[in-house]
Amino acid sequence: MLYALSHHTVYQYPSPASVSHHLVHLRPRESARQHLLEFALEVDPAPAAAVERTDYFGNATSFIAVEVPHRGLSITARSRVRVIAPIWPDPGATPAWEMARDGDSSTALASDGRPGEFLFDSQHVVSQPALADYAAESFRPGCPLLEGVVDLNGRIFRDFTFDPRATTISTPVAEVFKKRRGVCQDFAHLGISCLRSLGLAARYVSGYLETVPPPGKRRLVGADASHAWFSVWCPGHGWIDADPTNNLLPAERHITVAWGRDYSDVSPVRGVVVGGGEHRLKVGVDVARIEEPPAAIAATQVAPSADSGNYF
Amino acid sequence: MPLATEPRPALMDSGFASYGPSADVFDEAKDGSGLVRPHWEEFGQAIERLGAQGLAERRENAWQLLREHGVTFNVYADGRSAERTWELDMLPLLISAREWAQLEPGLIQRTRLLNLVLADLYGPQRLLAEGLLPPALLHANPGFLRACHGVRPPHDRFLSLHAVDLTRAPDGQWWVLADRTQAPSGVGYALENRTILSRVLADEFRESNVQRLASFFIASKAGLRAMAPWTNSPQVVLMTPGPLSETYFEHAYLARHLGYPLVEGGDLTVRDRRVFMKTLEGLQPVDIIIRRVDDVFCDPLELRADSFLGVPGLVEAARAGHVVISNALGSGAVEAPALLAFLPALARHLLGEELRIPNVATWWCGQPHERAYALANLHSLVIKHGFVGGSADPLFGAALAGADLAEVAARIRAEPHMFLGQERVALSTAPVWTGDHLEPRPLILRCFVCATSDGYAVMPGGLTRVSAAPDSPVVSSKYGGGSKDTWVLSDGPVEELTLTAGAALPERLERSNAQVPSRVIETFFWLGRYAERLESTTRLLRTALARLAGEGTAIEEAELVAITRTLVGLQSLPEKFWKRASHREITAELRDLVFNAERAGGVRALIRRVSYLTAGVRDRLSGDTWRILNHLQTEFPAAPGHSTAGAVVSPLHRLIFQLAALTGMEMENMTRGQAWRFLEIGRRIERASNLLATIRAVLAVDPDGAVALTPLLEYTDSTMSYRRRYFARPELPTTLDFLLAQDSNPRALAFQFKSLRRHLGDLPALGEAHPEQWHFAEMDALLAGSDFQRLAMAARESEGRRLDDLLQELLAGCRLLSDQLTAHYFTHVLAQAS
Repeated sequence: MLYALSHHTVYQYPSPASVSHHLVHLRPRESARQHLLEFALEVDPAPAAAVERTDYFGNATSFIAVEVPHRGLSITARSRVRVIAPIWPDPGATPAWEMARDGDSSTALASDGRPGEFLFDSQHVVSQPALADYAAESFRPGCPLLEGVVDLNGRIFRDFTFDPRATTISTPVAEVFKKRRGVCQDFAHLGISCLRSLGLAARYVSGYLETVPPPGKRRLVGADASHAWFSVWCPGHGWIDADPTNNLLPAERHITVAWGRDYSDVSPVRGVVVGGGEHRLKVGVDVARIEEPPAAIAATQVAPSADSGNYF
Repeated sequence: MPLATEPRPALMDSGFASYGPSADVFDEAKDGSGLVRPHWEEFGQAIERLGAQGLAERRENAWQLLREHGVTFNVYADGRSAERTWELDMLPLLISAREWAQLEPGLIQRTRLLNLVLADLYGPQRLLAEGLLPPALLHANPGFLRACHGVRPPHDRFLSLHAVDLTRAPDGQWWVLADRTQAPSGVGYALENRTILSRVLADEFRESNVQRLASFFIASKAGLRAMAPWTNSPQVVLMTPGPLSETYFEHAYLARHLGYPLVEGGDLTVRDRRVFMKTLEGLQPVDIIIRRVDDVFCDPLELRADSFLGVPGLVEAARAGHVVISNALGSGAVEAPALLAFLPALARHLLGEELRIPNVATWWCGQPHERAYALANLHSLVIKHGFVGGSADPLFGAALAGADLAEVAARIRAEPHMFLGQERVALSTAPVWTGDHLEPRPLILRCFVCATSDGYAVMPGGLTRVSAAPDSPVVSSKYGGGSKDTWVLSDGPVEELTLTAGAALPERLERSNAQVPSRVIETFFWLGRYAERLESTTRLLRTALARLAGEGTAIEEAELVAITRTLVGLQSLPEKFWKRASHREITAELRDLVFNAERAGGVRALIRRVSYLTAGVRDRLSGDTWRILNHLQTEFPAAPGHSTAGAVVSPLHRLIFQLAALTGMEMENMTRGQAWRFLEIGRRIERASNLLATIRAVLAVDPDGAVALTPLLEYTDSTMSYRRRYFARPELPTTLDFLLAQDSNPRALAFQFKSLRRHLGDLPALGEAHPEQWHFAEMDALLAGSDFQRLAMAARESEGRRLDDLLQELLAGCRLLSDQLTAHYFTHVLAQAS
């Protein structure tokens, strides 16, 4: 599937900001399942420095410094990405989850990822007995790993309510767990916390999801948003994605931008501004499918709810 | 010969001869059979000669110096912050030249090793691939900062300063307990201990051939300079979290000793991936940052976003190679206690050497066999967190009951990577002078290794810490206990070398302390304002108390009423005192205003404010100035038990003397830089404001000047000069003229304006707009054009409003001037993260 993506972030400051530094993760990753055909990053006003590098997890990240007084800042990333539908293994054919736990994941230094990096607590992911107990219901002794993951994914989808007003990015997972509400980031962090509490390696994936308009309506440009899900390490199969917000295993409508231990490793745009006062922030994401004959559209599963704020 | 048969009084004996350490542990001074170790013999005799009396005198002397130097350690152990005075024992730890010669290469080997480990972890990570380090040791380690991976410091030098905690086993073998690589503290305390002990035990110090510390600091400075090869005059700064930090005393002390500006994160800014210091003269480039801020707090952009202590963009500046940060960001990764278990193998692999100083045996529970061993031997091991960031204190298995042991075991099983078991080490002991006898106390010796221009050097000395009680297993400044100076003896006479002497060497090329962060200047401005406010308040309260302590004449009574009401008008006293109150009530209220720290605007509250500001610029005050400011707080007494006016007023007299000494220091001992200028500006603005406010309040109480002028002149210390000038009892027109218009009177408004005119003219021009200059010129003209004698006469003919309006306009003008200066020179808009 071919997509034209744009991710537009605009800050407005009531008084001029003197300096701002931003760190962005906006360039979609290259992988066997995803090819990046074009990418451009535009910053206004013109930055004094815009330096791109590859971060510790292999993601592209840019450091952007604006050093002239400015009342607003816009960062726009445009890209063209081809996504190839992954072939996930048959859940029942994956190894027992205990094997993944007791196996080599803490010592493995596999070339396609270091699962050991994703076994331990990180800023937004704190393992705790309550989450291990919750997760254990999906992982009965001997249960094949992916069966457990699919089950856990479904339970998060059913037990938790999507509610953009319930949480902020600093809401701890424990509180999300108690409130049973949140957005895609919260559900991804929750899934990761559950898996890590069991001793399984899980990472956070930041990206986009193509939205499908309700029947008879036209797709609205800019109505999309950033999205997040998680990925679990399965010995013999590598990383397998799961999207608890939509209760599915991502296919070709999920576009991967970056991955890390949690949101803080890969937040699309983070910054520190000197001066400026309370800023206003607007984020617009557009995921446009480019029809290519012959169109082979994968079966869509669940359409996300309509009003999603910045994140699903 | 009756004298010879009389036993010497026990009090006079220092007790060194009878000092009897336990035979189960190693004692530094005496061996297992109670014999004095050879290198302690001479010093032991010196202690004997001093006797109990001599030691007590010297301890008193040392305490006084410690208080004067303001040597403190902020303690958070009890959940509340408290500044604790540093404890220094009268007996140093002695280490023989021969023994030191063995330790030294072992310490350097360790620094080299940890530096190589860091270079690998933040680079190719071959140690993981080759199986020398379990990956989980890195991945679970909160000290490993992913953002800093790939950032290579010049010459791959991650560690410029490394601290190693040592102790000695019963067989005399030195063991490493822990490494400090993040931002090791103690160098400054070690230096301060030396400064004090070498003074109070001057003869003993001289006779003992003690190796000097100066060479270490000279080598360390050269090592830092070599880190910034792009310039031959690097600007070095020492970055501190600020006065609330545990070891702030040390940061300020070192900054001053080494001659580097002390900065906080807010004083620095990153432009074009380079680091600059904000000064009154604009942005000044910074080449090297000695950081005392833990690395995760150093950059809110790439590290902890909630940090207010850092500099946004600092990691990127380091990545670009434009600034050197010492120790490198991420260096904390190798102070993980779990690493100890792997160092012997790493030494063989990376250096081809055996570890010269062994580690305490450590079993990291992240490995199955080691975990099994630790779980099976919990009852005899010490259980610790495996990494930095673990806030819990070590658990001693032997001290735990069965149920507690089971709980610890369960926690280890749940998160094995986070724990380790360590062999329980019997710490060696050394004699500590308790005040009346010598007692063996467990000790830990912290040694320091610094990078030099071509290698590493060990401080010939160190920081010895002793436990608070003879049987305490924990030695930590957090829990009290004391410290000792550490004397590394030399076989021959010692060469004198001081840092100042070293400073004359041609290779010393850092730019001097001329660069001052603007925050420091702002602190001086407020120090000027608050020191003056303290003086003004003290003088005003004294005029009231003097009348309460007087003979109670009718004039005194009338004046007391006028002063009390003036204080109500100034909102220093509550409304109810406008009505007549008894002497007892007024005295009680004034006593509260003087001694109650919680009373805003009160004397003790202002003293605290001044102390707080002083703490923030401690590194920039001369020793004498610091002592005066320190005395303000330490010598201000507790509230007297009885509330007589006389008891309340006497500390105020003393306070006035101390404040006068402070202004004397300002005038005679401070360099005429921007810090001095803003201190002066702050003082002048404050004095002008207080004078105007007080005169207004007096006129509101006593419009004709019938009773309140004598106290007003007393408040302004102008009684005598007024009398000499006018040979008459105070009249309103002449008094006002004298206090407002006479620019020869240092207490008069015109004098303050004259000073301000000069200082404002000397300020650096920042940009073109100078609103404060324009504004001040208007005020100046207003004052010059006012005839207070005439206005005061007119006031009697009920035109008092015009006088009051004028005073009010001048007062508002002073406040505006302060705001404008703050906005123009200091406004630090807080950085906010999104």
